[in-house]
Amino acid sequence: MPITRDDVRHVALLARLEITENEEQELAAQLDQIIAYVEVLEKLDTEDVEPTSYITPMETPFREDVVSTTPDTERWLANAPATDGRHFRVPKIIE
Amino acid sequence: MSDLISLSIDEARRRLDAREISSLELTEAFLARIEATQGKLNTFISTTPEMARAQAEEADRRIASGDAGPLCGIPVGVKDIILARGTRTTAASAILKSYEAPYDATVVARMRAAGAVLVGKLNCDEFAMGSSNENSAYGLTRNPWDTDRVPGGSSGGSAAAVAARQCIVSLGTDTGGSIRQPAAFCGVTGLKPTYGRVSRYGVIAFASSLDQVGPIGRSVRDAAHLLRTIAGHDRLDSTSVDNPVPDYCSALTGDVRGLRVALPREYFADGLDDDVRRAVQAAAQQLQSLGATLEDVSLPHTEYAIATYYLIATAEASSNLARYDGTRYGVRLGNDSGLLGMYRKTRAGGFGPEVKRRIMLGTHALSAGYYDAYYAKAQKVRTLIRRDFNSVFANYDLILAPTTPTPAFKIGEKTDDPLQMYLTDIFTISANLAGLPGLALPCGSSADGLPIGFQLIGKPFDEETVLRAGDAYQRDTDWHTRLPQ
Amino acid sequence: MTDFEAVIGLEVHAELLTASKIFCGCSAKFGAAPNENTCPLCIGMPGVLPVLNRQVVEFGIKTGLAIHCEIQQRSRWSRKNYFYPDLPKGYQITQYDLPICLGGHVDIRLEGEDQDRSIPLTRIHMEEDTGKNIHDAHTDASLVDYNRCGVPLLEIVSEPDLRSSAEAGAYLRKLRAILQYLQVCDGNMEEGSFRCDANISIRPQGATELGTKAEIKNLNSFRSVERAIDYEIERQTKAIRAGESIVQETRLWDTDREVTRSMRSKESAHDYRYFSEPDLLPLDVSADWIERVKGELPELPDERSARFVSEYELPAYDAEVLTARKDVADYFEAAVGIHRNPKAVSNWVMGEVLRIVNDRKLDQELVIEAWPVSAQQLAGLIALIDDGTISGKIAKSVFEDLLDNDKSPASVVEEKGLSQVSDSAELESIVDGVLAGQDDKIAEYRAGKEKMLGFFVGQIMKKTQGKANPKLVNEILRKRLQSN
Repeated sequence: MPITRDDVRHVALLARLEITENEEQELAAQLDQIIAYVEVLEKLDTEDVEPTSYITPMETPFREDVVSTTPDTERWLANAPATDGRHFRVPKIIE
Repeated sequence: MSDLISLSIDEARRRLDAREISSLELTEAFLARIEATQGKLNTFISTTPEMARAQAEEADRRIASGDAGPLCGIPVGVKDIILARGTRTTAASAILKSYEAPYDATVVARMRAAGAVLVGKLNCDEFAMGSSNENSAYGLTRNPWDTDRVPGGSSGGSAAAVAARQCIVSLGTDTGGSIRQPAAFCGVTGLKPTYGRVSRYGVIAFASSLDQVGPIGRSVRDAAHLLRTIAGHDRLDSTSVDNPVPDYCSALTGDVRGLRVALPREYFADGLDDDVRRAVQAAAQQLQSLGATLEDVSLPHTEYAIATYYLIATAEASSNLARYDGTRYGVRLGNDSGLLGMYRKTRAGGFGPEVKRRIMLGTHALSAGYYDAYYAKAQKVRTLIRRDFNSVFANYDLILAPTTPTPAFKIGEKTDDPLQMYLTDIFTISANLAGLPGLALPCGSSADGLPIGFQLIGKPFDEETVLRAGDAYQRDTDWHTRLPQ
Repeated sequence: MTDFEAVIGLEVHAELLTASKIFCGCSAKFGAAPNENTCPLCIGMPGVLPVLNRQVVEFGIKTGLAIHCEIQQRSRWSRKNYFYPDLPKGYQITQYDLPICLGGHVDIRLEGEDQDRSIPLTRIHMEEDTGKNIHDAHTDASLVDYNRCGVPLLEIVSEPDLRSSAEAGAYLRKLRAILQYLQVCDGNMEEGSFRCDANISIRPQGATELGTKAEIKNLNSFRSVERAIDYEIERQTKAIRAGESIVQETRLWDTDREVTRSMRSKESAHDYRYFSEPDLLPLDVSADWIERVKGELPELPDERSARFVSEYELPAYDAEVLTARKDVADYFEAAVGIHRNPKAVSNWVMGEVLRIVNDRKLDQELVIEAWPVSAQQLAGLIALIDDGTISGKIAKSVFEDLLDNDKSPASVVEEKGLSQVSDSAELESIVDGVLAGQDDKIAEYRAGKEKMLGFFVGQIMKKTQGKANPKLVNEILRKRLQSN
């Protein structure tokens, strides 16, 4: 399916990317070309083929229910762009 | 000094253990080499000389007390997509410009425990997305063989640094060929292990079902040493497999007699550079002369691998990269634009064009109405590609193929056409889709004097056979010993 | 005018009582300082990978078995992708196409009905909770606390088979009781460990097609759930009668104004782009595991209620009320164990004790030994009534004196001199005193005005400050009124 500029706008919103008019046009063209290429897969009949979601032939391992971390809030906040010393701060959320 | 930077791990080990040299001297030699060549090659995003010296001194103490394993005191470089506490870790992205890694990746912790000396964080394509190292927010890396050419990607810095003797071995990551393709372009040896062989904990994710950390060195033997150190089960990575880790070096017997080697027709089809074809065929014959058998086989779904890969990898990436939203770490832009505005400006300004393109592609592939046609379809074709390999490995021990269709291309040659860039991954991508180990090693030189590589793909968790065949080849040839000027 | 019926489905999120979070080793305990219970994983730092907490799966199986689900021997994890500050990775790890439990049902009974109704369930899945966004009044920004992020949740989804707010309330109470009996969730709605979203639509009575639904969020008490459902049914009915159509949307319940309002910001326009979580492998649950959990299931509310009827000969209504909360039922049984008068204990628990429990909002984490009146004290108090030491009326005042201390009822009675006067001679003289000079009233009684008896009893009680043994007073009084 061809990619339109509307598609690009929609996907850019979903992906939380701000794009300029120019980027919108360029991305539409590039993605359209790539999508046209990947549609080569349509040639294959995969009706009865199981999808590969996992490479490793295992079940997921468990950890036991024990507390194993020690509080170190300052360290985890150290890389934050904005904090009040205890919380991460973000622009006001409007619900 | 120049002889110090040319040492193999075994040679360095012998001289360190004999106290002929100290790790500090060895480390200083590499730091000086980096100092002298970094400006030209831009292989490192950051160097860590103080940390390296401290680790070297610690290594010297361990050597003195007789407590030194194979990697103790050996200078290594680490791709800047792998977290090492106390270093800035950027994934070559502006969005993580000043990100200080708050913890160690498991592979780094294991290298530290082994006494390895970390000289710096190596340049790469942003979030490992690229095949040329031109997508780094910290400037492109140049190929030491020809500085007008790319070193390959995404682990371009890791391969170029080893080729330029800025470290003895390095760590890269390989999602669609990102260790093997730059190894081929830079004339060094790189291994992508079986998916699950090496922990991904602390490795900044690109595509979780494809990413794998692996070693790059100037020889199979050096790569085997590093693999031994980093491989093995990690309870912090649920996809890591609890298989015993063999002593890869003792598997290097030089004996390949009776090894059944398959040559997939699809990898030698039209479009393959003539120099590459000749060199890879010669490598195959070399193995044959050592006692391996050669046969042509078919991997019929090869032509679908790139499409499959770019749907799966970008879909996973679009999700893995959602966390870079200006809230908890990294760059924030548009703080005055409301929450949505902050998100969109941060990500628009923080990510480079290729990363954005892939996020867009992956988001599209997963979005309502397209999931079945793109992502789900690609997962099914991935099954077909795996089946191709399973049926070949029912009768053969190894697959031998070129690593790349051409030698290193020129800087800027493919940047305007993303799809052309993607197509350069044609020979490496399938091993990631099937989760198989792949070893890239040099086997020739182009008319322009550029390195050419071939790869050996093995059965799951059979790194031993792959390494054994590669080592046997290197015992008999000298391509891997050649150095760029 | 067309009659409409409501179609209601509930999605319950229950935070599990594990020690640690679902994918990392941080404490899952409520009430820590902001961002205290965090680590690189639950803050979504680059490079982290999830590892599944076994206890979460155990609790999932346990819950599924208790509410009659089919436990899936293979399930898997998916990513639900959306951006929000309380979601650090930009996706929530949840179960989507292959959840751990399918089907099942919860049986409810409405007050006054004599039959259970079975509410069918769609599924149960496990997922990680999100963090918490807080508005910062000083800077007009929002603050984020990730303590709750990664606390394990079960999402229990009912079929849209509830028809009224009363049914929804009964369903939620029953479900919460079951989770509490299983000790997998503390059921605290105010702290958010038991939350509910309601999908509500209406359709003409008898129609089979579903109407357009609204999803109502922010329901943090049973009362909110019931009020919001009533409000929403009315809103939708009015809209349809006025010829408007219902918009499929998410609405927030405004507790203060008691209305639902649309949340239609761009930030809530979602396409979740689910796909299987590549960082976790499929979840396998062996038949042995399921069998073991089945063997360890505790007695559940329905079973306990049935046992209360047979073992203690309680009316079904009493049994239902007492077993609705595990701690209340435990308290009841503790008291009956000390003084075996089940019906009297039941009356006291359902009356005075539950009044205290509700007034003081005693949550289930408080061990019953620490309640303001111990089961021991209550049993002792009822024993004093039964042996005639005090009357029921006096007992109520003694009960107040027992609150928040560990005095024995007998010592309170003693201290305050509240023992009943049961001495016949003393009572006879009091009766005679009251009757003296009341000849006209005595005549009325003798003429057949039975209720004059009550008047005399009242007088006697007044004189004795309620301490006269009512049974004896009655006997003496009747004798005196007949003779003469």
